Amino acid sequence: MFTMLRPQNEDELAAIVREAEAQSAMLHVQGGGTRAGLGRPVNNGVMISTAGLSGVTLYEPAEMVISALAGTPLRVVEETLAEKGQMLPFEPMDHRAIYGTSGEPTIGGVVAANVSGPRRVVVGACRDHLIGVRFVNGRGEIIRSGGRVMKNVTGLDLVKLQAGAHGTLGILTEVTFKVLPRPETTATMLFEGLPEADAVAAMSAALGSPFEVSAAAHLPAGMGVETARTLLRFENFAASIDYRFPALAEKLKRFGAPKRIENAESEQLWLAIRDCQLLAEPRDTALWRISVKPSDAPGLAAVLRSALPEARLFLDWGGGLLWLATPASADAGAQAIRAALSGKGHATLVRAPDAIRSAVPVFQPEAAPVAALSGRIKASFDPQGLINPGRMHAGL
Amino acid sequence: MTAILFPEPRADVLARRDFLIAGLAKLVPPASLVTSEDERRAFETDAFTAYRRVPLAVVLPETTAEVSAVLAFCHQHQVPVVPRGAGTSLCGGAIPQEDAVVIGLSKMSRILEVNYPDRIAKVQAGVTNLAITNAVSADGFFYAPDPSSQLACTIGGNIGMNSGGAHCLKYGVTTNNILGVTLVLVDGTVVEIGGEAMDAPGYDLLGLVCGSEGQLGIMTEAVVRILPAAEGARPVLFGFETSEQAGEAVAAIIAAGIVPVAMEFMDKPAIDICEAFAKAGYPMDVEALLIIEVEGSDAEMDATLAKIVEIAKKHGVKRVKESKSAMETAAIWKGRKSAFGATGRIADYICMDGTIPTGQLPYVLRRIDEIVKHYGLRVANVFHAGDGNLHPLILYNVNDPEEAMKAEEAGNDILKLCVEVGGCLTGEHGVGIEKRDLMRHQFKPVELDQQMRVRAAFDAGWILNPAKVFPLEGRL
Repeated sequence: MFTMLRPQNEDELAAIVREAEAQSAMLHVQGGGTRAGLGRPVNNGVMISTAGLSGVTLYEPAEMVISALAGTPLRVVEETLAEKGQMLPFEPMDHRAIYGTSGEPTIGGVVAANVSGPRRVVVGACRDHLIGVRFVNGRGEIIRSGGRVMKNVTGLDLVKLQAGAHGTLGILTEVTFKVLPRPETTATMLFEGLPEADAVAAMSAALGSPFEVSAAAHLPAGMGVETARTLLRFENFAASIDYRFPALAEKLKRFGAPKRIENAESEQLWLAIRDCQLLAEPRDTALWRISVKPSDAPGLAAVLRSALPEARLFLDWGGGLLWLATPASADAGAQAIRAALSGKGHATLVRAPDAIRSAVPVFQPEAAPVAALSGRIKASFDPQGLINPGRMHAGL
Repeated sequence: MTAILFPEPRADVLARRDFLIAGLAKLVPPASLVTSEDERRAFETDAFTAYRRVPLAVVLPETTAEVSAVLAFCHQHQVPVVPRGAGTSLCGGAIPQEDAVVIGLSKMSRILEVNYPDRIAKVQAGVTNLAITNAVSADGFFYAPDPSSQLACTIGGNIGMNSGGAHCLKYGVTTNNILGVTLVLVDGTVVEIGGEAMDAPGYDLLGLVCGSEGQLGIMTEAVVRILPAAEGARPVLFGFETSEQAGEAVAAIIAAGIVPVAMEFMDKPAIDICEAFAKAGYPMDVEALLIIEVEGSDAEMDATLAKIVEIAKKHGVKRVKESKSAMETAAIWKGRKSAFGATGRIADYICMDGTIPTGQLPYVLRRIDEIVKHYGLRVANVFHAGDGNLHPLILYNVNDPEEAMKAEEAGNDILKLCVEVGGCLTGEHGVGIEKRDLMRHQFKPVELDQQMRVRAAFDAGWILNPAKVFPLEGRL
């Protein structure tokens, strides 16, 4: 069972960690709880809620920089940015659709899981836009790394280490991002009926063109509608899109004549892709997130379909990200999936019952020397292994 | 200059020199081992030339296996190792020490694979930054980070320092443009970090290694992102009466939702120096110059530039001059990218690299002027205005020890100022030896200790580039 503590500031949090250190008590960190199913299940110790650490602490639109306490709802950060016509460039996914959770995702949770969305393929991930962190390490020390300027190579980059560490290297208290202007408008180029290999070729040609596509996804037949859909997103001011759309259509004419989807409908479509709504149901399937180089995606998809006949999948990031739903029985396909990858990428088990996530490595197993390094890095932040123990790997 | 101390060379290592060289000779071909004093002297410093130390030996491996063997040998015998790319570091990141073996990656300079569908290239660490772009430019691609030394500097050095450049406002710095590295750990173990796919799970070791200044291992290969080049690019010169006006125009452009691909600032002394060298047609009757570059089709560039010109006019721009040809564009960038070299023609200089919040620009420029005058010196300012990364060039005479000391002190005062206003000591050059002793101005003891514990996870014995980054006192 969990005891819940809710520190109201960084100093209170540091005192809690020092107390836990003295007693060797396990600490688990929770933001909004909307992604609690991500990572290996943990079920005892003291729960630390970051809800008391909330608020935008710095926003300089003319410098394209925003800082917020870790427990700040993502919605608040995004609304604050939107008021000045800006956005988080990496388009963080909302996990509520796939987990069926309620509550509010927090900005700290976005960082802890390095959550990105479709725009990632072009502008980079959460970790690429994170320029500063404050956190409390497992010794109860308050540590800053990075800052509020977007070019900073002073000392080791502990900022990147915190992104995607799932809270195992310290409890985040404040995060700072570089941001971008929101595009004035958006449109989507739609090709229908392309087989996967052609779809990936079209997406690669688009992403390799000068026409600034900001996202590229492929939804196979049966994913929402009967026909396969290959989607390329344009963003910017209207005149720019009106120039680039036909220019790219000309370049891609061997794939057919595309349709054009405008504003609201385009936005809905990309929201559904970002949040993996297309595979959210049935809720009792397992979900995998597989990262490969795009040109490997069609072959991998074929292998997976033959090894796991009930699997359903779609592609984002121009083919670099494969979302896969499998039956949540036995190992949820782990062995078949990781064998199919054979060193060419990595698969994360995003959704599965606790029993499977306890038995199957949720994150791609690391080579022995890398795993040893990870263990030593964990110990350098948290020598007793008190914070989020076992969340990423057993014993880490 | 003698203000920066090196660790005392270890007598036990120096005493074993013959034994160590004999051991190294078994690991690499004779042409890859440099032992004579004359030849070793070529490696005694980098672009931070005020300091120099002749290394014990230099090894120039040709394969990852050779790097691994040499590192394992040095680790076994507790000999310090200093990795080196092209030796263009401005912060002394590649300066050796007398008891160290330099591992130079210059022979590992091949581009192994270019993959356009996946927009990646696999390269060896010693390939130059510009060689990557040159290899893919005919097909409409480029490698984005573009440090001014890109003709000479290597990708291994870029990753080690997390180098930036003029165009990172839009494209990010090195860490944003790398997908994987082959890293040789201090004991010779070879590991693959990241790879050809995006966002490897587990700790972001790639992000940690990037900018680690050769303290965590030696990179031998990298997978870099290559990007499609824009249809066109056009730099425009904006001359202002005051630096404040130029700074305000930069802020207003970003606030208007425009992110040009580059926004470079030069003050009057820098304009004079660069124009005399590059004959780029910079306006000579202004106090501050912005080079703002936009990209896209002609129509897109026209539209964006019209908005920028309108904003600049609101902020009192005196001269606006568009590049009318590829030759003019080349000259405009040649002037800017030659700023350090051109300055070197008229005086010795030290180059600062602090970053500040751009809102502090007018205040910081005024204070830099006061600081430099206080020491009786002159300064030329060139910097990346969009991201607040400053490069004040403090001019002095290297043959005057007193003036040299004053220049170093003025530089330190400027960097402390950058930290005070919310910025940092170094934006893209690295800490090296140059800023090592200033680290305590930016970090609290617990923060430096945390960084050193992470360092120790890779190299607990301080074998790798040990004179750099962390103050010599209080090491863990």
